[in-house]
Amino acid sequence: MTKRAQFDKVSLSFDTQKGRLNVVEDVSYDINDGDFIAVIGPSGCGKTTMMSMLAGFQKPTTGNVLFDGRPVAGPGPERGVIFQEYGVFPWLTVKQNIAFGLTLNANHVPTAERDAISDHYLGLMGLSDFANSYPKHLSGGMRQRLAIARAYAVKPQFLLMDEPFGALDAQTRSNMQNLLLKVLETEGKTVMLITHSVEEAIYLASRIVVVTARPARIKEIIDVPFAYPRDESIQERSEFAELRSHIRQLVMDEYRAQQAQMRPVSFSE
Amino acid sequence: MNGAGLRRFGLGLIPWIGAILLWYAVRWSGFVNVSLIPAPHQVAAKFFELLTKEGLLIDIFASTRRVFLGVALGILVAVPVGFLLGWYRPARTFADPMINFFRALPPIALIPLVIVYFGVDELAKLVILFYASFFSGVIVMYEGVSQITPLYIRVAQTLGANQAEIFRKVIIPLTVPHILTALRVALGVAWATLVASELIAAQRGLGAMIQNASTYFLLDVIYVGIICIGLIALIMDLILRKITARLLVWQDRAIA
Ligand SMILES: Nc1ncnc2c1ncn2[C@@H]1O[C@H](COP(=O)(O)OP(=O)(O)OP(=O)(O)O)[C@@H](O)[C@H]1O
Ligand SMILES: [Mg+2]
Repeated sequence: MTKRAQFDKVSLSFDTQKGRLNVVEDVSYDINDGDFIAVIGPSGCGKTTMMSMLAGFQKPTTGNVLFDGRPVAGPGPERGVIFQEYGVFPWLTVKQNIAFGLTLNANHVPTAERDAISDHYLGLMGLSDFANSYPKHLSGGMRQRLAIARAYAVKPQFLLMDEPFGALDAQTRSNMQNLLLKVLETEGKTVMLITHSVEEAIYLASRIVVVTARPARIKEIIDVPFAYPRDESIQERSEFAELRSHIRQLVMDEYRAQQAQMRPVSFSE
Repeated sequence: MNGAGLRRFGLGLIPWIGAILLWYAVRWSGFVNVSLIPAPHQVAAKFFELLTKEGLLIDIFASTRRVFLGVALGILVAVPVGFLLGWYRPARTFADPMINFFRALPPIALIPLVIVYFGVDELAKLVILFYASFFSGVIVMYEGVSQITPLYIRVAQTLGANQAEIFRKVIIPLTVPHILTALRVALGVAWATLVASELIAAQRGLGAMIQNASTYFLLDVIYVGIICIGLIALIMDLILRKITARLLVWQDRAIA
């Protein structure tokens, strides 16, 4: 199996007014071709920061983040990113947003095909009725689906997804999860997904990285014992329930650790 | 015009009618010497007299052209300069005090110097208007551009955009609203500066007309001049707002 991405003793700290803030600390793990990594951990612990090093927006303070064996130098279209803040372009219509990547030189999409591709993803995401609307008219969940469609449309081999389904209702969320599984099956991608949902992590991922409260360290890396293709029936299996309670416990411990850290700060003033 | 449009128009008219009534009221109240306040109908009569006999249109044209040229040139320079200052933080820390220094200087105070360096012709008036437009526009530009979040640029990068594509497809659309705002602000400031610029030996123009009238104490002419300036500035701003609304349909605004 080829190593697609590697975190090698990665630490990152920010200089803030209150001094140095360690956000990621001594993180090492490999992401192999075809892996689906889910990262889970308490809010504000450093998950987005960890991902943004692989996306190419942040450099580790020490250690190395490698992609295809080379240190990540910056962002690139082979690593598609779905941002936590969506980042849909407000000045473009829904369809133009999806087509944005297709119009870029780097992606070599012939002009004649762009329309059909954007229509395809419009339909997949249930946004066809809003093709010519501007994002200001969309709900939060629709914007999130638009961001997903835009990222899928250029077919990156590696997908970095930062809580991509967080704003969706349970039904849409499970549709999106199944759609993602189907896309992976046909296009064979590698994925790093940040989520707060333990069920989502188990249902989708081949490996789950549980991280600690800030600074994010690796608490445990868990192999998910279900083969692909998966369907919702795995959620009924007893292994699923066991895994779920195990991971919930880990996350809960870290959540408590984080609360304990924060308490003196929030109540002393 | 549809019903709603007609109603908005009517609503917009109310404060004007109110202002005219107040104007009459002040005259009739007896607090002010009536000879010091020409009545609205007298001003209107003067307006038609100036329009038909004294070539008021020539003055309007001369002033409008000056404002137009001054703003056009000022914004033409303010857009790239403001953009660079907004984009590169070090450039801003470097240039910000200087820009604020020059912006604070009232154009009237500069007139003697402008006369020394640029003479008393059309060029001198343009320099004053250019100065006023540039400094008001450049600040709007760089304040706006420095507020642009890096998120959209990052998104474009992860989709594969190169530098040129980022500039063309992300930065320009994000800059257009600030250019339009700069234009509006500069236009307002330029009209406010017009009278000062026409202090420099102007033959024609609304500012010149007002100054000549003040020498002969022709209050009604002064009123006509002031109202003309206000009206033209208002009309230009309305046009610009229409254009802005058309270009920026995508913007999420509190007011439609
Ligand atoms: N550029 C920055 N400068 C200073 N501090 C930062 C910066 N970016 C992030 N941080 C801090 O780093 C910590 C981790 O942030 P991060 O966004 O990675 O958290 P997260 O795990 O993604 O949280 P969430 O689940 O809420 O999205 C936070 O405390 C945040 O304030
Ligand atoms: Mg985050």
